[in-house]
Amino acid sequence: MAIPVIEIASLCKTYRIGELTVEALRSVDLTIESADFLAIMGASGSGKSTLMNVLGCLDRPTSGTYHLDGNDVGKLDRDSLARIRGKKIGFVFQGFNLLSRMTALENVELPMLYDEVPSGIRRERSIEALRTVGLEDRGHHLPNQLSGGQQQRVAIARAIVNNPSILLADEPTGNLDTTTSEEVMGVVQRLNDERGITVVLVTHENDIAEFAKRIVTVRDGKILSDRMVEKRRFAANCAGAGE
Amino acid sequence: MNLLSAVKVSVRSLRANKMRSGLTMLGMIIGVSAVIAMVAVGAGANERIAAQIASVGSNLIMVIPGSTTSGGLRGGSGGSQTLTIDDARAIGKELSAVRATAPNVRSSAPIVYGNQNWSTLVQGTSPGYLEVRDWQVISGRNFTDAEVDAASKVALIGKTVSENLFGGEDPIGKIVRIKRIPFTIVGLLDGKGQSPQGQDQDDVVIAPVTTVQRKVSGTSHAGTVGVILVQATGPDTIEEAQKQITVLLRQRHRISNGQEDDFSVRNLSEMLAVAESATKIMSLLLGAIASVSLLVGGIGIMNIMLVSVTERTREIGIRMAVGARQRDILAQFLIEAVILAVAGGTIGILVGAGGSMAISRFAGWSTLISPIAVSVAFGFSGAVGVFFGFYPARKASRMDPIEALRYE
Ligand SMILES: Nc1ncnc2c1ncn2[C@@H]1O[C@H](COP(=O)(O)OP(=O)(O)O)[C@@H](O)[C@H]1O
Ligand SMILES: [Mg+2]
Repeated sequence: MAIPVIEIASLCKTYRIGELTVEALRSVDLTIESADFLAIMGASGSGKSTLMNVLGCLDRPTSGTYHLDGNDVGKLDRDSLARIRGKKIGFVFQGFNLLSRMTALENVELPMLYDEVPSGIRRERSIEALRTVGLEDRGHHLPNQLSGGQQQRVAIARAIVNNPSILLADEPTGNLDTTTSEEVMGVVQRLNDERGITVVLVTHENDIAEFAKRIVTVRDGKILSDRMVEKRRFAANCAGAGE
Repeated sequence: MNLLSAVKVSVRSLRANKMRSGLTMLGMIIGVSAVIAMVAVGAGANERIAAQIASVGSNLIMVIPGSTTSGGLRGGSGGSQTLTIDDARAIGKELSAVRATAPNVRSSAPIVYGNQNWSTLVQGTSPGYLEVRDWQVISGRNFTDAEVDAASKVALIGKTVSENLFGGEDPIGKIVRIKRIPFTIVGLLDGKGQSPQGQDQDDVVIAPVTTVQRKVSGTSHAGTVGVILVQATGPDTIEEAQKQITVLLRQRHRISNGQEDDFSVRNLSEMLAVAESATKIMSLLLGAIASVSLLVGGIGIMNIMLVSVTERTREIGIRMAVGARQRDILAQFLIEAVILAVAGGTIGILVGAGGSMAISRFAGWSTLISPIAVSVAFGFSGAVGVFFGFYPARKASRMDPIEALRYE
């Protein structure tokens, strides 16, 4: 069997606020194979975002190990983590997090700017990424000229433009209505299917989690259950269609 | 991120806040233009004074009668009458470090031509005077040593005198009366402009020293002169010439060892140095005042950059999440600060240059915009940008990506 994309063991994350310590993650073990599609569920404050931040190399664990593509990334310095974020990881956030003064195309180009991709290729690849999410004709729109679903799809295009092996999405549909949510999930599902991108998705909605292949439930910083989805949902629509 | 992309990113965010960027630059513009204008005015004054002092003559030494305590520079017409024409001759003949010498007797007198009347300075000297003063006769001729010996009634006139007495007429060969004594004009002097003291150097009649002593001044003791001007053979022999003059005059005046000189010897480069140090201090002072406004401009940049960093916390988080390293964020904000400072500085240089041109045109002061001042101002603005931009930029680069992303 190939090396898992993500392999964490006895992972703890403790926040210290003065005298108080908050154990956001308590000895989490989790292995995610390449091309898996994982949904993380759990109540608010259960540690989902903390886990995502560690997985996304935005944060370092207090203890335990984290192997990404077989490399121990738990002890890397800030700049090395930044490099990994730029090359191997794509983020999608609940609040889209697009730069409001930049067009969709420019937002999508952003990760390549820090990966020293020449500007001609940057443009080409951003257009390609926008096409993947069905927004090739919206490249010159500013975020506030796009609907929520479209903005989230621009964010997805930005997340995948550097061909990362992992797509991390923290409640990507939290700000979207049901139809738009399904649309966005369709795009994510297709990226997982067609490109084999490993997807880790945080959600508290069951019907969103059912787009995944596997559901992990977290409570109080510990993994409560880890099961395969029996009746997986598939997005009916194709990305971008009907908008 | 490469530099070009970083500059583009920075320019974009500056343009997104045009009003704020403009106001921030204003501080730099005012500071730099003040520096440029102040330095231009100072350098102009300096140059004017140097030119005026040079117009007195090069490698010039003045021998003044009477002793002077060190440091004081007394006028030539001191009370004592210890210098003579023969002293001047001896200095010219016997000393190796001396090229030319000219005794000097001054008297102010009315000068009449036809029905024109003009009051001017009559100066008695030797033919060497023109050489000592680097002065040319533009029409006619200088008077000769023979005419000095014979106390001939010949005279050279300065431009101002010529204009006032003769208007457009050619003065050469004309007879004028100075204190009723007829003098023949033999030469017209080139224009020399103002002296360092602000006098019109062209308002003068120059005649043989003997003639002036006998016919014009009258009051002086026979044979004594006010000042002896001496020209050294070169800039490096000035000091040597001063020593030689002192030794010679002490000998001629029979001054025994331990007794004070009855004359003093000064050179013009000392005067020049005094004047230059005065203008230098002025320029320095003006520059210092202007630098304070540059400092204020820099603080303005720092202030606005700190606001900008806070405002754009989320942007910083996003950039970090997609792979920006600390140095990328640092570079972005540092470049923004430097662009603000350098753009402000460049505009300031233009405004300052324009301002100093306006000063010289409307106030009549001479100004000098030196390339050094411009490049220093340019470099300094860049340095201000780096210095005052560094702290905000570092603050931005050290943000925690998660907290930055969560920032509302
Ligand atoms: N930066 C932080 N400082 C202190 N406590 C934190 C911090 N981030 C998260 N926590 C705490 O850790 C726990 C897990 O938070 P989080 O991972 O955001 O939960 P979820 O995303 O599941 O709602 C919560 O109790 C939260 O208060
Ligand atoms: Mg959360």
